[in-house]
Amino acid sequence: MTWLHASTAFVAAFLASLVECVEALTIVLAVGTTRGWRSSLLGAGASAIFLALLVALFGPALGRIPITTLQLIVGILLLLFGIRWLRKAILRAAGVISIHDEAKIYEEETALMRETARPERSFDAVAFIACFKAVSLEGLEVTFTVLAIGAGGSLLVASIGAALAAVLVILLGLALHRPLARVPENTLKFIVGIMLTAFGMFWIGEGLRYPWPGEDLALLGMIALLLLFSALAVRVARARFTEATRT
Amino acid sequence: MNALRIALAELWGLFVEDATLTMGTLICIALAAFILPKLGAPARWRAPIFFAAVVLMLLENVYRGSRRP
Repeated sequence: MTWLHASTAFVAAFLASLVECVEALTIVLAVGTTRGWRSSLLGAGASAIFLALLVALFGPALGRIPITTLQLIVGILLLLFGIRWLRKAILRAAGVISIHDEAKIYEEETALMRETARPERSFDAVAFIACFKAVSLEGLEVTFTVLAIGAGGSLLVASIGAALAAVLVILLGLALHRPLARVPENTLKFIVGIMLTAFGMFWIGEGLRYPWPGEDLALLGMIALLLLFSALAVRVARARFTEATRT
Repeated sequence: MNALRIALAELWGLFVEDATLTMGTLICIALAAFILPKLGAPARWRAPIFFAAVVLMLLENVYRGSRRP
């Protein structure tokens, strides 16, 4: 593992975790403020345990797979995962699909939670399930990203990056008690999409034993080129969309 | 059972959203893994060709996707 790999893995895991944790926090805050904190936090906590069990189960198993096979499988999954993010981020930046708005999601979730009748007992199953589901779904994406990015030997670094982002979001959530709408989520998703796509392609090349020009430095080159082509794609998509909506 | 179905659908959704994008990506991988060696492409060019193929496929997908108002 080179410093380049480790630092790229750290940044990618940190940003991916930051984005997902912000999304999970929005739901937990919305449910907690409308339905009560006890069941909401229990749901979020149960989900965290569930995710930790998944990592404990699958993490060591990854070490038993031959490295080139692992790089190929993880690379394919990471590319499919990352390119989906990148495509969506490009279309969002171009205005083709709506921007992810945490404040709006918070309002919608709050309204939905108010519509559902609250139980007389202290345990609120609706709040528990809503928080469990939100944290599990977002957490699953973080878990996958960390395991996939860390597959090349930087699992610890990627885990630290993801954990730091989670702690940061939780602390901000505790301090502010409202969704983190000012986090430039769409820009972050754009960057993470580029990084995951680059990592995915890099691992596939390594798994197929195809040499990359400049070896590990190719990762930086791919990130730069993807950034350039994505910016170009945003301009073209925006122009095309504007033209389509006019006619 | 319903919860399991939902969980599997969510897991599937992590990797597949636009079917043409997924298919395009898998075709690029297959091209890199099977076609390039058969065509006798030099080993040092295979990874850059794979990268170019994925970027072109993504650009085409975005271009097509941006037409939908």
